[in-house]
Amino acid sequence: MDMSNTVPEAQAHEVAIDVDTVSKIFPGEDEVRALDGVSVGIRRNEFFTLLGPSGCGKTTLLRIIAGFEPPTMGALRLDGKDISRLAPDQRPINTVFQNYALFPHMSVARNIGFGLEMLGKPKREVNETVDRMLKLVQMEALKGRKTSALSGGQQQRVALARALAPHPKVLLLDEPLSALDLKLRKEMQIELKRLQSETGITFIFVTHDQEEALTMSDRIAVMKDGKILQVGSPRDIYQSPAERFVANFIGESNFLDATLSGTSVTLKAGGGAFAVTPPATVADGPVSVLVRPEHAAVRAGAASAEGDLPVTIRTVVYSGDATTVHADLASGERVKAKMSNSAALGAPPLPAEGETAVLTIAPGGVTVLKD
Amino acid sequence: MTDVPAPSQMSSAPARGVLEDEALREDNRSRWLMSMPAVAIILCAAAGPLLVMVIYSFLAPGDYGNVKWEFSTEGWVSVFLERDIFDGTLGWADAHLSIFWRSLSLSLITTVVTLVIGVPTAWFIATRPDGKREFWLFLITVPFWTNLLVRTIAIQELIRAEGVINLVLLKLGVIQEPIQMMFTNFAIGFGMSYVYLPLMVLPVYAAVEKLDFRLVEAAHDLYASRWTAFRRIIMPLIKPGVIAGSILVFIPSLGAYVTPRVLGGGKNLMFGNLIELQFGQGRNWPLGAALSLTLMVAVMVALIFYVRVTSREERNG
Repeated sequence: MDMSNTVPEAQAHEVAIDVDTVSKIFPGEDEVRALDGVSVGIRRNEFFTLLGPSGCGKTTLLRIIAGFEPPTMGALRLDGKDISRLAPDQRPINTVFQNYALFPHMSVARNIGFGLEMLGKPKREVNETVDRMLKLVQMEALKGRKTSALSGGQQQRVALARALAPHPKVLLLDEPLSALDLKLRKEMQIELKRLQSETGITFIFVTHDQEEALTMSDRIAVMKDGKILQVGSPRDIYQSPAERFVANFIGESNFLDATLSGTSVTLKAGGGAFAVTPPATVADGPVSVLVRPEHAAVRAGAASAEGDLPVTIRTVVYSGDATTVHADLASGERVKAKMSNSAALGAPPLPAEGETAVLTIAPGGVTVLKD
Repeated sequence: MTDVPAPSQMSSAPARGVLEDEALREDNRSRWLMSMPAVAIILCAAAGPLLVMVIYSFLAPGDYGNVKWEFSTEGWVSVFLERDIFDGTLGWADAHLSIFWRSLSLSLITTVVTLVIGVPTAWFIATRPDGKREFWLFLITVPFWTNLLVRTIAIQELIRAEGVINLVLLKLGVIQEPIQMMFTNFAIGFGMSYVYLPLMVLPVYAAVEKLDFRLVEAAHDLYASRWTAFRRIIMPLIKPGVIAGSILVFIPSLGAYVTPRVLGGGKNLMFGNLIELQFGQGRNWPLGAALSLTLMVAVMVALIFYVRVTSREERNG
């Protein structure tokens, strides 16, 4: 079963890591199917993120790519060559571990040079690369320090430098930012993106943090229960989620009942027809649609124009840059509308809680979901 | 407690200072009081007898054991040297030297054998899933339930001429004549390895159990083969346990008494047996005392050397 034959030549060369219907079953009394026929092509020089809740199989997939776990079924190819049976030390792939896994009995420099030393590089080359890496992660001053004497952020940088030093074809990052505080995490997100473009190495990043995924990735794969639900750019994933789970996991969402007919939907709550481009698999009839809170707006008054939805205001939450209004539609469904406070400067005041008002949805703000 | 009085204020509030001093003194006193039983035991059971040994080693032997209260260095001289019966000239005490050598070599062999068996065993136990390790550790401690002498005699039953091993080998036709294993150095080494094995397994287990296996994965990820990962990552990290185990096996082996006596017989003496001999049939208490102190000093020198080496290694990272 060689899938690469069916892929056009030019595209096949683009793919660095080709995960081909990989399954992983952990045997035991209660057998766990951690991965269930996962296929995905990760392109060269790409910042690719595996996103999903804990237990979705993202770390298992990463460990299979690294070589720590063999796949139960399926194949794994790197630049077209099958590497599923290679040991971790035979793969030009390095990992930044969740808890860094720095060698406690070695200095910062020895840690960073370890991979190159194992590859049998001459001492001078090792030293030069170590110095370059220390500079890259801005850690020159701590070269001779023991790793146990470093702060979390510093350990993070050493772990990155250690994994980048042998210049792998692919760098795997297993939730490397989860142990850092918020401010440092934000800094490192930008830092990682910079390192990726400077080194030109393919990054595969695992996280459960949707904001992190949106900030850094070229493409995101959203995973659930050992399956990949959707692969796409952050914009694709956010604006046109394929499934309710994806929409719910990334950003905030309103799910409304509606009826689909061709390329327009009618909400149960009224407001006339909305133009949509439904997925090919969805047939006419009752469907579930997604409206992002920032695509909905609430104003005082009564429904008058086409597209106006009458609502009753329940709560108004002010959060600095935006105001979120929770309201009930005529259908009884609860919706959230999130309005930028800068857009509201000089606008008439929002209706108070308990009053009736009008909700409008921006053009293209309605997305039909698969389920 | 937020306002610590400045030195100048101290004098204006003498009552408080005195009270604090009193509390501190009270605290010190109760601490001393609590450590008294331990101090008493050390004085009576360790320091006292040691002093007696030092004094005895500089006295002359009594005719029927015990000592004569006259100063003599003969005890110390005859640890390594021997006076010729006819002309009184000094020569190396070959009998003693061969016993020292046997003790040293058998102790080293015992340490190596327990290392070779004990490290994989400890590794095996430490890598069992949670909840199953206790069972294996429990099995390791089972031998301690039986008296050492009984266990040693049980080994005799295994290796004597009509013992289990010889019988099985004879029945299988592997050998025609029973192999002489009793009263050989092999028997002593075999017995001591068996007796001291748990002392190797337990500290190594503790070290392996603490080992972070993600570090091993990290080493493989950075192109280290299994052997290199063991040598460069695992060994340095479990070294403290391995060294503790080696010390715990080597030191008692050097002074072992029961096992060499039961399995080695009268010809294959070890250091412990030689000392016992001086206080028993030999009736040379000063020599026995000097031999004991020699053994103690040798062990201490080895330990100090070890501490020096490891602390230097740690500094150099």
